[in-house]
Amino acid sequence: MSRTTLDLWVGFFVVIGMAALLFLSLKVGNLASANFSESYVLKAQFDNIGGLKVRAPVKSAGVVVGRVTNIGFDTGSYRAEVTFVVDTRFQFPRDTIATILTSGLLGEQYLGLEPGGDVEMLKSGEAVQITQSAVVLEKLIGQFLFNKAAEAPAN
Amino acid sequence: MNGLLSVVRRLGRAVIDGVWRLGFATRFFGLLLLYSGQSLRRVHLTIREVYFSGVLSLLIIIVSGLFVGMVLGLQGYETLQRFGSGDALGVLVALSLTRELGPVVAALLFASRAGSAVTAEIGLMKATEQLKAMDMMAVNPIARVVAPRFWGGVISMPLLAALFSAMGVFGGWLIGVVLIGVDEGAFWSQMQAAVDFRFDVVNGVIKSVVFGAAVALIAVFEGYDCTPTAEGVSRAITRTVVSSALAILALDFVLTSFMFRGQS
Amino acid sequence: MSSESSATLVQLQDVRFAYGERVILRGIDLDIPRGKVVAIMGGSGCGKTTLLRLIGGQLRASGGIVNVAGQNLARLSTRELYALRRRMGMLFQFGALFTDMSVFDNVAFPLREHTDLPPELIRDLVLMKLNAVGLRGAATLKPAELSGGMARRVALARAIALDPMLIMYDEPFAGLDPISLGVIGQLIRRLNDALGASTIMVTHDILESLQIVDYVYFISEGRIVAHGTPDEIRASADPFVQQFIHAEADGPVPFHYPAEPFAPSLLGPGAA
Ligand SMILES: Nc1ncnc2c1ncn2[C@@H]1O[C@H](COP(=O)(O)OP(=O)(O)OP(=O)(O)O)[C@@H](O)[C@H]1O
Ligand SMILES: [Mg+2]
Repeated sequence: MSRTTLDLWVGFFVVIGMAALLFLSLKVGNLASANFSESYVLKAQFDNIGGLKVRAPVKSAGVVVGRVTNIGFDTGSYRAEVTFVVDTRFQFPRDTIATILTSGLLGEQYLGLEPGGDVEMLKSGEAVQITQSAVVLEKLIGQFLFNKAAEAPAN
Repeated sequence: MNGLLSVVRRLGRAVIDGVWRLGFATRFFGLLLLYSGQSLRRVHLTIREVYFSGVLSLLIIIVSGLFVGMVLGLQGYETLQRFGSGDALGVLVALSLTRELGPVVAALLFASRAGSAVTAEIGLMKATEQLKAMDMMAVNPIARVVAPRFWGGVISMPLLAALFSAMGVFGGWLIGVVLIGVDEGAFWSQMQAAVDFRFDVVNGVIKSVVFGAAVALIAVFEGYDCTPTAEGVSRAITRTVVSSALAILALDFVLTSFMFRGQS
Repeated sequence: MSSESSATLVQLQDVRFAYGERVILRGIDLDIPRGKVVAIMGGSGCGKTTLLRLIGGQLRASGGIVNVAGQNLARLSTRELYALRRRMGMLFQFGALFTDMSVFDNVAFPLREHTDLPPELIRDLVLMKLNAVGLRGAATLKPAELSGGMARRVALARAIALDPMLIMYDEPFAGLDPISLGVIGQLIRRLNDALGASTIMVTHDILESLQIVDYVYFISEGRIVAHGTPDEIRASADPFVQQFIHAEADGPVPFHYPAEPFAPSLLGPGAA
């Protein structure tokens, strides 16, 4: 095997290896559309975050606008503190409501942002003031049973 | 009593031998890195080794990747559709391949295909005094023979693992979408929503680089350290395959627990 | 103490060496004068290859001094040792050709590694060396396609590729037919004189070597037991020398590797 054919083979190998990497990045990992190159940080406190995880999507009107980066516990208020990044292309008013929602009945949980009408926009590092906690299924069922029990004697 | 003593003694000797070898391996790795600059400057040496460990492993990697993906497609669909989420097949196939199966299985195949060949080559060069002759000609065997083979492996491995994963996703698509009839749009879009570039793809590539370095190091070391006889070389080859497999699985556990701990 | 310009190229003073517990050399004193061809003889396993390794710096003496070109090998750094080795050529006992390269590339190897000569010049030099050992026509063959004697001649061509100042041959005549043997013997002599080099030759072929060498050392049991010019050797009454020249089985040079007496061990361990 002469050196030139060998080089050709190695070149071919590198090209298809790179193509595979590109395929994994773009087609599988969806790098092109999920590219939060420029983003700003926001915070929100919740009474209960349910099953929200780090890296969960942040959505507004169903569109992914950011990701959860950290989940902590504020010992002052005894509430969960969620830190998340939002793409700078998307600006939200100061009276935006942050809600923890579930996709489908048992699907993964995500952070929903519902914009208000304020003219001032949230700046990096600020906290979303109005939040709504996760719907905890056990509580819901408990409430339902309690209501049912309360109704029962009337019937 | 006497038997027990001899068992203890043999155990002790094995431990000391092991530590000794580990020390030698560490020094060997240091020398390897030290002389790498020298050999990387003569890039055609490394290109040659990329040919031998990378290009010659292409076929086995592509075929195995395809089959693993197809099996994932069949089994994954079977399980997922019990929960009515056959659409998530793309997620299952892509995540298991990029995170685990791609790097790990490709590295295992690489160890038995390319790692053993490297050990055999270096071992035979040692057994036939070629390394000594080279050293006598004032050419450092670590720089001329060992380092290019090591870097050839380190370069080839991530490319092979990526190919394996890509072929696997293709195989899963073939079974899921073409054969079973999972919705094409759901297959890709769910996959793209769930697979994160930084988290899944990049971590997978990091894993494959680490595995490549581990396998290549084991292979060149076993060859360089072997007893210079036919039997010694054959034993070194066996050791390369076995220790590579153990190293890959142990490293995979360590890396996984660092990369994916407490997340999702 | 010899210096760079002195008449002695290689000087061994009371050199001792052991593989672990097994002592091989017990105090060797030996001089290789510049420009001379020196033969080293001795029974199989007496440590001749070991001696060449010591001079090449591949093994380190456990005692005594090995001096090459005025430099004490024990004091050299790896870099200095490599600089010295570029001026040495060694023919290994078993050839040690690179099996993944053609004959041509084998001989070209030292030239390509250590010089920046243009490919045409390297080609000419390699073919010249191959022509000297009579194998120019075999340039494209792989080592696996060579006979033992041919492989040894290729290895010889490779050893002299860089025109070294010190050439060491480990049994250059093994596996050669009588005709090649004579030719190679003459070649070794001519190379030495043409290059102004010094030659150390390990050999068992006493009659052939007495015709071409300037000096002979006999080694037995880790020591120099006899030495002299070919004429002195031929005239010598030394029992070692006599045994070698006449190839007698019995004599001071033992045929057996050191072992316990045979008879008791034949009777089995229980018999003792
Ligand atoms: N790597 C080694 N480890 C242990 N002992 C060795 C080793 N190499 C050689 N020996 C021992 O050293 C002694 C001398 O070996 P050496 O190869 O120098 O012999 P030699 O004189 O070249 O013999 P021959 O003429 O057969 O080639 C031998 O008895 C051998 O048993
Ligand atoms: Mg020998």
